[in-house]
Amino acid sequence: MNFKVKKIVPQLITLAIVFLIFGFFTFNAQVNMENRGIEFGYGFLTQESSFDVQFSLIEYDGSHSYARAYLVGLLNTLLVAFIGIIFSTIIGVIVGIARLSPNYLIERSAAFYVEFFRNIPLLLQIFFWYFAALRALPLPQDADSIFGVSYLTIKGFFVPRFVWENLDIFFYSIIAAIISIVVIKNYARKLQENQGKQLPVFSISAGLLIILPLLSFLIGGVSLDFEVPVIKQLSTTSFVYEGGLGIPPELIALTLALALYTATFIAECVRAGIQGISKGQKEAAASIGLTPNQVLKLVVMPQALRIIIPPTTNQYLNLTKNSSLAAAIAYPDLVLVFAGTALMQTGRAIEIVSITMFTYLSISLSISLIMNWYNKKIAIKEK
Amino acid sequence: MNKLNFLKPDKDNLTTYLYSGAFLFLIAILDVFLGSFFEINITSFLPSFISSILPFILGVVGLHLIRIEFSGIHNLDLLNKKINTNNFNAVLTLLIIFIIIKSIPPIMNWFILDANIAGDSKEACTGTGACWTYIKIWLRRFVYGMYPNELQWRINISFFLLIALACVGLIPSEKLKKLLTLYYVIIYPIIAFILIYYLISGGAFGLEWVETGAWGGLSLTFIVSFFCLIFCFPVGMFLALGRRSQLPTVRYISIGFIEFWRGVPLITVLFMSSVMFPMFLPEDFFMDKLVRVIIAISLFEAAYVAEVIRGGLQALPRGQYDAAKSLGMGYWKMHIFVILPQALKLVIPGIANTFLALVKDTPLIFVVGLLELVGMLNLAKTNPKWLGFAMEGYVFAAIIFWIICYAMSKYSYNLELKYKTER
Repeated sequence: MNFKVKKIVPQLITLAIVFLIFGFFTFNAQVNMENRGIEFGYGFLTQESSFDVQFSLIEYDGSHSYARAYLVGLLNTLLVAFIGIIFSTIIGVIVGIARLSPNYLIERSAAFYVEFFRNIPLLLQIFFWYFAALRALPLPQDADSIFGVSYLTIKGFFVPRFVWENLDIFFYSIIAAIISIVVIKNYARKLQENQGKQLPVFSISAGLLIILPLLSFLIGGVSLDFEVPVIKQLSTTSFVYEGGLGIPPELIALTLALALYTATFIAECVRAGIQGISKGQKEAAASIGLTPNQVLKLVVMPQALRIIIPPTTNQYLNLTKNSSLAAAIAYPDLVLVFAGTALMQTGRAIEIVSITMFTYLSISLSISLIMNWYNKKIAIKEK
Repeated sequence: MNKLNFLKPDKDNLTTYLYSGAFLFLIAILDVFLGSFFEINITSFLPSFISSILPFILGVVGLHLIRIEFSGIHNLDLLNKKINTNNFNAVLTLLIIFIIIKSIPPIMNWFILDANIAGDSKEACTGTGACWTYIKIWLRRFVYGMYPNELQWRINISFFLLIALACVGLIPSEKLKKLLTLYYVIIYPIIAFILIYYLISGGAFGLEWVETGAWGGLSLTFIVSFFCLIFCFPVGMFLALGRRSQLPTVRYISIGFIEFWRGVPLITVLFMSSVMFPMFLPEDFFMDKLVRVIIAISLFEAAYVAEVIRGGLQALPRGQYDAAKSLGMGYWKMHIFVILPQALKLVIPGIANTFLALVKDTPLIFVVGLLELVGMLNLAKTNPKWLGFAMEGYVFAAIIFWIICYAMSKYSYNLELKYKTER
């Protein structure tokens, strides 16, 4: 009896406190909203937003709804996160491996890079790239071309745009290639398990990935053109580029800062992962006659990845969350478009902030759910 | 004389290989050095393309010639092992050396040689390098924000007192040692709060009231990080214990709390504290912006601290819990005297990383209109009298933040070594 009371009483007290706090907040919110004449609700999402967004992946202008403004912001956030993740992975893996290099100079330079970039606040780095470094770029009319087709200017990076015809057929060809690679991989594994024969899976897959899309060009009627940006004079002092794809400087500064900052953390994850493999594993693999490449591919990497991937995903998540700093340099991400402009216009603080937080929360939680599932899958199965 | 084979240097003609290799290598370095520091191109008689890649070729050949296994010369073997194991490494080594040599002059010029620090207006900056005059003139603003000049001694004194009070722990006295934890966890934060409230903010004892909107600069960075550090640690500890509690309600509430804060970016938390939180308070209840921000950041970081501490709690072997219980210790006694001291020792690096993240996150308070160092820089940058010195400002702030963060990480490393116990 005494034992049960000891367990139940603290729980009841905690619950009571939590409910009290929540009740207090809700009550106040109700009173406050009544006083200001606001009604709680998400109806405003369908209203016309009547503000413009500088940079959008989908068609958007003031006549669209707030819900679409939300979508624009979300897509911009995901775009930055996606590019940032790709670049930070590339830099991080290179630097992480460089930190393990036997070459003293390379090891020190990699260490210098890591120590330098991770000890400076990310916001400061974003400001530095945006307000100091990118402002030193030439004006559109003075910019030198890169290979005659791209221009790096103060107004952004202008690159050729792909003009596709029959893009869907191209996509189908790539999907077909991927499916056939999976089939061949399974077949090769069965062949090895049953008869001990090895197929050159890698070269077959590479060939398929090149040949099938190539066939789509030759037979499927897919064609690709480049639209090169051309400078155009608006008035005596004002020049713009027409055609091509303009990458705004905000996006460049943001992805640069995010990638360089996050790469330092990824580098440390990679280093820890590779260092975590005991020497005995490599020696054992070499002693049963595997070549150095096979040792890396079949013994070291599968084990190292098990250590590397969970913390690296965490860093990806951090990068996605950090991309909200975009608001500081007016890159129209979710926070700026929705929690900034839309909130200003509608004044619906509770609804908008909760939607924004819920969006980030669901991205984080879904990634951590996938991570947990993955961790369980790759965990060493002990008998 | 033995046969010379320059494609495969070996030990037989050690001196020949060594001298010719070192000669070529030094020529390469000298060429780049002269070109970079004195703008003299000693290979200008060659076509420009060849002249530009010549040092590279010479360097690679030179390094190749001195790559002799087990030459018997200690320093040479060390050099070969460290930076010259194969051709690929030699190329990378040369690249790094050349980049360092090439980048020293422009950096030196910008920082020191072409820079200006004299004068007190924009016109004094005539050089092509940095304009440190800008930093010099604005230094007070960067450190104290909009705090009135004649009252800044109050910030200085309170910081000095805070540091002095924090050093109490260094006094070795067996009697007082037991009370140290109590002092740091409860008494010190209260003293710190009273100090900052009455001394910096004023309003009593004949001190002029300075509203928090005027606080700013580096001192605000310190104030925010300091209070968040103090508050987030105990909260995080309780959350970690809550997450491992046997009581389902406590556990689930802790999990929900931690996962919520960890799932959202800090900037939205600050948005919440500034636009959403006032809606949740009674109408006539006013809470200062700075207080709201400190609460928000503390709760946010507490979730991260909780996860770090949980890692330490999980890493302890079960035997520790069982042993403590078998001595008849209750939940709190067991955790305070047996579990937490060991768990916290284990997670010093993790906690240090969280604290570092906290310091690096403080510039974000610009969202609610508080201007610490980075915010002040952005304000100064837009001043019409001082346009165009963004670079100097950011470099200055980067150096300061780098020193703070690097010092913190080194300190945590020392702590880790100090408290390392063999188990």
